Amino acid sequence: MDSEMSMTSQAAHGHHEGHEEISWIRKYVFSTDHKMIGYQYMVTSLFVALFAFFLMVLMRWQLSFPGKPIPIFGPILEKLLGSSMAPGGVMTPQLYNSFGAMHGTMMIFMALVPALFAGFGNFVVPLQIGAPDMAFPRLNMASFWLFFVGVLIMMVSFFVPGGAAKSGWTSYTPLADFADMGPGFHPIFNGQTLWLIGMAFNITGSLLGSVNIITTIIQLRTKGLSWMRLPVFVWSELVTAFLLLLAFPPLESAAIMQLMDRLFGTSFFSPEGLIINGKHADISGGGSSILWQHLFWFLGHPEVYVQILPTMGIVGEIFANNTRKPLWSYKVFVYSLLAIGFLSMIVWAHHMYMTGMGQAVTSFFQIFTTIISIPSVLLGTVLLLSLWGASIRFNVPMLFALAWLPMFGIGGLTGLPLGWTASDVVLHDTYYVIGHFHYMMAPASLLALFAGIYYWFPKATGRYMNEFLGKIHFWPTFIFFNGIFFPMLVQGFAGVHRRWYDGGAGWQMAQNVLWLNQVMSFSAWALAIAQIPFIINFFWSLFAGKKVTDDNPWQATTLEWATPTPPGHGNFLHPVAVYRDPYEYSVPGYKQDYLPQWEPDERLSKEGKLSQVPF
Amino acid sequence: MEIPYTVTARPDTGLYNAKVGIWLFLASEVMLFGGLFSAYIFLRLGATHWPHHILNVPMGLFNTMVLISSSITMVMAWSSLKMRQFSSYRKWLGITLFCGVLFLSVKSVEYKDKFHHYGIILNSGQEITGHLAMTEEEAIHSDVLKIKPDPENAGDFLFQLKSIFSKPEGEEKVLEIPKKEIRWWSNFVPKYNTYLATYFTMTGIHALHILGGLLVLGYFWGPGAALYRTNPEHLANRVEVAGLFWHFVDLVWIFLFPTLYLF
Ligand code: HEM
Ligand SMILES: [Cu+2]
Repeated sequence: MDSEMSMTSQAAHGHHEGHEEISWIRKYVFSTDHKMIGYQYMVTSLFVALFAFFLMVLMRWQLSFPGKPIPIFGPILEKLLGSSMAPGGVMTPQLYNSFGAMHGTMMIFMALVPALFAGFGNFVVPLQIGAPDMAFPRLNMASFWLFFVGVLIMMVSFFVPGGAAKSGWTSYTPLADFADMGPGFHPIFNGQTLWLIGMAFNITGSLLGSVNIITTIIQLRTKGLSWMRLPVFVWSELVTAFLLLLAFPPLESAAIMQLMDRLFGTSFFSPEGLIINGKHADISGGGSSILWQHLFWFLGHPEVYVQILPTMGIVGEIFANNTRKPLWSYKVFVYSLLAIGFLSMIVWAHHMYMTGMGQAVTSFFQIFTTIISIPSVLLGTVLLLSLWGASIRFNVPMLFALAWLPMFGIGGLTGLPLGWTASDVVLHDTYYVIGHFHYMMAPASLLALFAGIYYWFPKATGRYMNEFLGKIHFWPTFIFFNGIFFPMLVQGFAGVHRRWYDGGAGWQMAQNVLWLNQVMSFSAWALAIAQIPFIINFFWSLFAGKKVTDDNPWQATTLEWATPTPPGHGNFLHPVAVYRDPYEYSVPGYKQDYLPQWEPDERLSKEGKLSQVPF
Repeated sequence: MEIPYTVTARPDTGLYNAKVGIWLFLASEVMLFGGLFSAYIFLRLGATHWPHHILNVPMGLFNTMVLISSSITMVMAWSSLKMRQFSSYRKWLGITLFCGVLFLSVKSVEYKDKFHHYGIILNSGQEITGHLAMTEEEAIHSDVLKIKPDPENAGDFLFQLKSIFSKPEGEEKVLEIPKKEIRWWSNFVPKYNTYLATYFTMTGIHALHILGGLLVLGYFWGPGAALYRTNPEHLANRVEVAGLFWHFVDLVWIFLFPTLYLF
């Protein structure tokens, strides 16, 4: 009752909610508006992505020319980080490891997931379900700032003695238990400890964020928006949020235990009789590194789906919109999302076949890893068949979304041999694994990220991004992604190890695939250059792009297009209700080829005989 | 702008927003403690030796009762609010707060007790526990350790109960052990062995949760209670949500107590 009243009083208030002036700080910095928080997430994570990408470009240079100084950036590194890290502009193996660990950590935890899950999630989800904001706006602000502090801590960790964390994005113990503990060790200000603390902030932020997203979707769906009418992006966010909610806490407990190991000398992850630098470690022992791996991968595996699920949602939206047809089977799509979400929680140990877990356990994980590819394939099939017989609009968002499909396909198919012990024993820890997961995390995820940006940009800013610049962004990006990651699969077959600092130069079998290092590095630099049109396009369009003339420029059906452009505080001018399924495109018998969810039938006036007769 | 269903329930779910939120949050908490409990099981299954009876069971039992009582008074506080009896709400919540503080005090006594308890593992693998018969300073620098070993019945309930109130009598036997026969010695701090590591980590995180709960409940007892005048139902909701958290933290203790003290 109460809420009913608040709804009507809101309507009575008229168009502009919150007439009181909000101070600049409340509006742009400590904002509680879900859209602004969405932008904050997006901008922060794009920045982090650029930074992490830059780390990788430097690593690729070193891999192509082992032992040679890096032009231009080498001396800068030496200045910034000291000559013990980059003497003469050459990366030390130490620094290479730091860059590798931070590249992975930042890309996964602080760039792609925040952008795809939290950035789009914050901006799009409340709009798509017809809500005025998230269920807990202040908690939402807290989530962003916790994340932001986590990012800062990670960045700062480059400048503590010994440099940033070096144990990979997985922080495997016992290496990570004792990393950076050399002379001059400070209990807090060292790379690995800061990694743990930064992650704790990040985890807490994403936990609160997922509580918020789930509550919002359950509680604030507008009238008529039943579960089976939810846009697929909302579904993907819901499943993702559940994964984050349930899979992250065990990693948080693992991080706490690793902190205990590092700060209080416990041995959660260190076995008895550990020898470090030729000496018996002065610890009680009794711990297990395998424990860390279980706890890490219990998150780590779902985490990779946390990243890919929102991209499925984004691609689903864009496909439906630009094929002008309903998705080939909305229900299969939704149930696949749910199945993937559930199964992704019980396959984690396929990252641990090499630890000798025993037949029964590995059988279990092999079976479920294989089974998880079924819903993945179904989902891809839904999208592929949606193209069947469609007259596709090849705009920039659609190009990016289309390119997502084969990249996801390659990523998924290359996963299968890793899911079976017999082949994984050969391929584990080689560049093949790097190739596999990057197909998912880089081409697929990033292409969908761009697709989403181009697609929702007009709603967010009131301006289109430039189509031409978009296309010269798209083609080289698509091509060079493959130039980087396909050769990795090849190198992997030659047994090139994933963390070799010299790029395999010392490995007999790798000799005839070493030239691929240069192909990959060239592609990486070209990819970097290919992002320039995007950056120009983004900022130029923000201020001078073509203005949208209609609140629904793509002629879409979902609720976010029913708001003013850009949407103000409180989002909708009138309470909206939903009258139909999410993707009613090209329904026969109507004069319009799309039926927005918020339009009642009467207003869409069927092309009945009567209406055609002129009076 | 107002968010719907902050105070009243959404008709089809029957819940107001914060209640959905807290249940989700508690689900994540289950996974957090689940991670710790699985670590405990994993490490214990792989351990060659697992210490028993080094915690004071009467104290743990007392604390268990304290928390269970506090859960009851928590419900009383909430139901008082529902019935719009503000002063009785204040009273019951006050008792809840008192129980929480009492729990933490007992816990810190137990912690302190452990820091003054020592264990020695000989090269043979045998473990001797007890109190040092020298200062810690001396112990670090000397070649021998002098220790008053714990009596045989140190694990008995009655003995432990008595030892809370008086220094246990019994012959003051002092053992002198040369350091070269010792593989590992320390007071009972987290690094002593995996058992104590899990004990301190799990109860420590639990204690932090109690502390957090106390802060929240303290806020609703004091400044936050002002909401009663403008919107008593909203306050009742908030107290209900805080109460759910409080019950959860109690429940975790109900699992921690047997896991760490009894098994
Ligand atoms: C059909 C689906 C998939 C299967 C069967 C599969 C299988 C596997 C297996 C078995 C491994 C471990 C290989 C090893 O370490 O030896 C692996 C690694 C990995 N996968 Fe997948 N995967 C699939 C989908 C995905 C998706 C959707 C993503 C990301 C969005 C992804 C990201 C990763 C990452 C990041 C790693 C490497 C982790 C590391 O060791 O650093 N995979 N995959
Ligand atoms: Cu996996």
